[in-house]
Amino acid sequence: MKLFAQIKHLLYKEILLEWRSKYAFNGILLYVVSTVFVCYLSFRSTPPLVWNALFWIILLFAAINAIAKSFMQESKGRLLYYYQIASPQAIIIAKIIYNALLMTLMSAVALVVYSIVFQNNVGDWLLYALAVLIGAISFSSVFTMISAIASKANNNGTLMAILSFPVIIPVIILIIKLSKNAMDGLDRSVSWDEIGVLTAINFIVVTVSLLLFPYLWRD
Amino acid sequence: MSKNWWKVLASVFVLYSVVAGLLFKVPTLPILHESIRNLYYHVPMWFAMVVIYSVAVYYSIRYLQTGDENHDLVAVEAVNTGLVFGLVGLASGMVWANYTWGAPWPNDPKLNSAAIATLLYFAYTVLRSSLDEEQKRAKIAAIYNIFAYPIMVVLLFVLPRLTDSLHPGNGGNPGFGAYDLDSNMRFVFYPAVLGWIGIAVWIVNIRYRIRKIENKRNQI
Repeated sequence: MKLFAQIKHLLYKEILLEWRSKYAFNGILLYVVSTVFVCYLSFRSTPPLVWNALFWIILLFAAINAIAKSFMQESKGRLLYYYQIASPQAIIIAKIIYNALLMTLMSAVALVVYSIVFQNNVGDWLLYALAVLIGAISFSSVFTMISAIASKANNNGTLMAILSFPVIIPVIILIIKLSKNAMDGLDRSVSWDEIGVLTAINFIVVTVSLLLFPYLWRD
Repeated sequence: MSKNWWKVLASVFVLYSVVAGLLFKVPTLPILHESIRNLYYHVPMWFAMVVIYSVAVYYSIRYLQTGDENHDLVAVEAVNTGLVFGLVGLASGMVWANYTWGAPWPNDPKLNSAAIATLLYFAYTVLRSSLDEEQKRAKIAAIYNIFAYPIMVVLLFVLPRLTDSLHPGNGGNPGFGAYDLDSNMRFVFYPAVLGWIGIAVWIVNIRYRIRKIENKRNQI
């Protein structure tokens, strides 16, 4: 139970830090809204296939920018301090949960803005919202570990993109298929396959992160 | 000789499959015709690649456990060799696709997955070259390698099965065993797979020993 207490405290600290500065949230929010607007101005109206793909591409870049910060903003001294008081598993789980919360909030805002600005015809809003939720969680579980790896290597920005794109592609293919099913208003039983595989990928990624982070952690 | 029998066996198998693959009788199938012979050269590349990447992951795990620099050398050379096999697999597949499916790059999930898996391992080499300090590089590269492996498995073995694919065994298509691969072809196909896996392991072995000698020489 010590682990849960540590996760709770670390999560509280992350949220408190974010609440005080509101830097990451406001920055990413502005980024998402302005990207949506740029897309709107350049596309005006889109066929459903493009509408869906464009939304996920916007979210993908927002997620990379948001989550790349999660380890880079920690100073070396602070990392040493965490190392003394908490277990590495607690740290990575807290980061994943925090990023998942941040991404869920962000993608909810993005979805609202996007669907107001753009004309759309989503058949099954509930399933589409579920797809967005699963997408936000998958992005954060994959990118948190990648950002931990990239933060250990020196030149962060490009490396984060290079390392994360091949890893996220299977996830994003499945999510685009799932959300396309929701747009077409297909029967929900059609989408079980995608939801199942996405859950499995998340499960594997989180497990592997938990196993590997303790090695990454020590310098 | 007692240690090296598998190298001889692998060479014999590969030579045999190259010759027999061109000479033996193959079933006459519509669309495929004689291009079915590419099965002996294209498919073993992927078998060898997956085996070699598994070897790389095994040695990455060993490196994290022991911190022995040699394990890291095996892992990096295995990835390099796997990349070569992946590229040859892509190239031989493109030639085949050009003649049977009408385009070198038809929009097929298995092709796209294979290309992305290759990108994944190129990212590994980029990650390595971005780090200078040897132990740190070995550790971080090992971690990324282990992290990437399950994603590669999902890409190559799960995703193509969920969608429509031109490849046999995917998207509801029956596998080779059902009708394509008659018993005559098995006599060439299985030795070809084993032979190429053996050759791949041999290449890794040689590359690893070269790297070890280079390291030793640089230290003096």
